[in-house]
Amino acid sequence: MSAARGTALLQVRNLRISFGSLAAVRGADLTIYRGETHCVVGESGCGKSVTALAVMGLLARNAVREADRLVFDGQDLLRLSESQLSRLRGDRMAMIFQEPMTSLNPAYTVGSQMAEVYRRHRGGSRAEALDRAEDLLAKCRVTSPRLRLGQYPHQLSGGLRQRVMIAMALMCDPELLVADEPTTALDVTVQAQILRLLMDLQRDLGLALMLITHDLGVVARMAHRVSVMYAGEVVESAPAEHLFGNPTHPYTRGLLACVPVPGKVRRDQPLGAIPGVVPRIGPRFEGCAFRDRCGQARPDCARTVAWQANGEHGYRCVLPPDWTGPASLAA
Amino acid sequence: MLLFLFRRTALAVLVALTVLTFAFVLTRLAGDLAIVIAGPEARAEDVEAIRRAYGLDRPVVIQFFDWAWRAATGDFGESFFFRERVSTLIRQRLPVTLTLGVVGIGIALVVAIPLGILAALHENTWIDRAVGLVAMVGQALPSFWLALLLMLFFGLQLGWLPISGTGSWEHYVMPGIVLSFSAIPALMRLTRAGMIDAMSSDYIRTARAKGLSRSSIVLKHALRNAAMPVVSISAVQLGFMLGGSIVIETVFALHGIGFLAWESISKNDFPTVQAVVLLFAVIYIVLTLIADVANAVLDPRLRAS
Ligand SMILES: Nc1ncnc2c1ncn2[C@@H]1O[C@H](COP(=O)(O)OP(=O)(O)OP(=O)(O)O)[C@@H](O)[C@H]1O
Ligand code: SF4
Ligand SMILES: [Mg+2]
Repeated sequence: MSAARGTALLQVRNLRISFGSLAAVRGADLTIYRGETHCVVGESGCGKSVTALAVMGLLARNAVREADRLVFDGQDLLRLSESQLSRLRGDRMAMIFQEPMTSLNPAYTVGSQMAEVYRRHRGGSRAEALDRAEDLLAKCRVTSPRLRLGQYPHQLSGGLRQRVMIAMALMCDPELLVADEPTTALDVTVQAQILRLLMDLQRDLGLALMLITHDLGVVARMAHRVSVMYAGEVVESAPAEHLFGNPTHPYTRGLLACVPVPGKVRRDQPLGAIPGVVPRIGPRFEGCAFRDRCGQARPDCARTVAWQANGEHGYRCVLPPDWTGPASLAA
Repeated sequence: MLLFLFRRTALAVLVALTVLTFAFVLTRLAGDLAIVIAGPEARAEDVEAIRRAYGLDRPVVIQFFDWAWRAATGDFGESFFFRERVSTLIRQRLPVTLTLGVVGIGIALVVAIPLGILAALHENTWIDRAVGLVAMVGQALPSFWLALLLMLFFGLQLGWLPISGTGSWEHYVMPGIVLSFSAIPALMRLTRAGMIDAMSSDYIRTARAKGLSRSSIVLKHALRNAAMPVVSISAVQLGFMLGGSIVIETVFALHGIGFLAWESISKNDFPTVQAVVLLFAVIYIVLTLIADVANAVLDPRLRAS
């Protein structure tokens, strides 16, 4: 590990992403520290995936990305050209996706797809790259790794493909691994194995892991730090124990309402148990996007709401940290 | 892969046998062959003599096997019109048509694939529309008109290329270009559609996340998957070219199979027509087989099933 745990590796400030008239992300802030697992949670469509893709520079062509700051290990990603950025991707920052079944190229063997990323960034012979691939498959608990190198994706199960994706992401020893709901498409038993694997790899390799998930149980077990997103904004961000011990934003409290004791959450707890729907946000939207569903809404919630920070714990709401009352309207 | 090859070949042979049967049945449907051969003014004895000479008095099943066996070994009898063995005629003419077809499809692929990729990478921009327009115009041009235009300009005006005959490779350039025009629009659109599809796929997102170079993403990862339908259609298009080169062979006076077909049809040269029809069918079958095998090489999933 090049630098100590706890120094900032990735800093995102005031990230905005829009698709035509849809403002998918509206000023999100995110800091990911070296060697830490940072979970990003929130309802479907709140902008988790596009935030991750924006960090990697992988947004679709119809997306417009703006930010005040997007810095990875001291490098300003906003100023890098596509080809400079491609030198970082796969090398120092890697990403795995929700769809293991379709994320590998059906036309090439596992070995050739894994070797390719290593040779692109590190050079060396194909044999060398394949040796490394074999080691990493073994580390990702893939059985008979040598054999797997010669197999095609369609010959592997979903769980195995996701292990291959993880191993491939680690080929160049990245500092940052972005995992966008890596287990959502898998069987429950396989999900647990993959999460265990990610947890162990994160710890053993000192990875900074940005883990997007719907599963609060996963957050409770894995996260060092948590960011909660709502309608394109980060509404609360804190070290995991603070967030579970002292959730402040009404949306966060709503999410955690059925989680009585921190650390003892039920597995597979779904999000989105809060009544109401997320409004569609246009470019001129102002104020707190949660106010239609919030039990504490007040007139000034319709104006721009400031970020309140208390040490490492911050949230975007007009309420004081120790407010009491129902979080959502139908509570 | 071996099993795949075996199955596909067996299937091709089966189709070839069916075609053989059809070709035979068709000739019998045309009426009493002996009367046709003898001509309208023949006397009854002549017809009878011809019937015996051609073995038409034997049971139909025997005739079929006899004919099929000979056809399978390349013996189609003698041409009525050319006074030569049909197999000799075909041996002389086939290389011309095959060369023309290969040149035609080659030019078509070399033009259509890069254009298709270009259009796909600039989907819905003016580049895409310009490429689409060119393809549309190309498709709308009648091939004989295009042929004449090329002959006038490159042949007569500039004197760069010969305008008729088969003496050298230069003789195939203009006919090849004209032939390729018919295939370019379809191949281009297919490449474009396949590339747009591939470029928006998850594995291309993965390839980008791996930081691969643009050329590797486009050519290695996307094109490989977009190529499969293009390969299949190329085979079909080549079949069309070989079968439909009659106009072009006539305009450029290339004595190939298309020209032969036209001559023999207009002269009622029965054995030759039959042989040509059969030949085209077999070419089609072989092309389909080649396309299947090529696709299996491209897509490992096909090899397994
Ligand atoms: N390529 C795109 N074109 C148009 N809109 C898009 C595109 N990608 C995402 N969006 C929109 O941006 C918003 C945020 O999407 P995103 O995929 O980030 O949600 P998410 O939080 O990851 O949700 P989920 O939990 O369902 O994965 C959604 O409204 C989505 O419809
Ligand atoms: S109190 Fe106001 S600002 Fe806070 S969440 Fe509710 S609506 Fe939003
Ligand atoms: Mg998502």
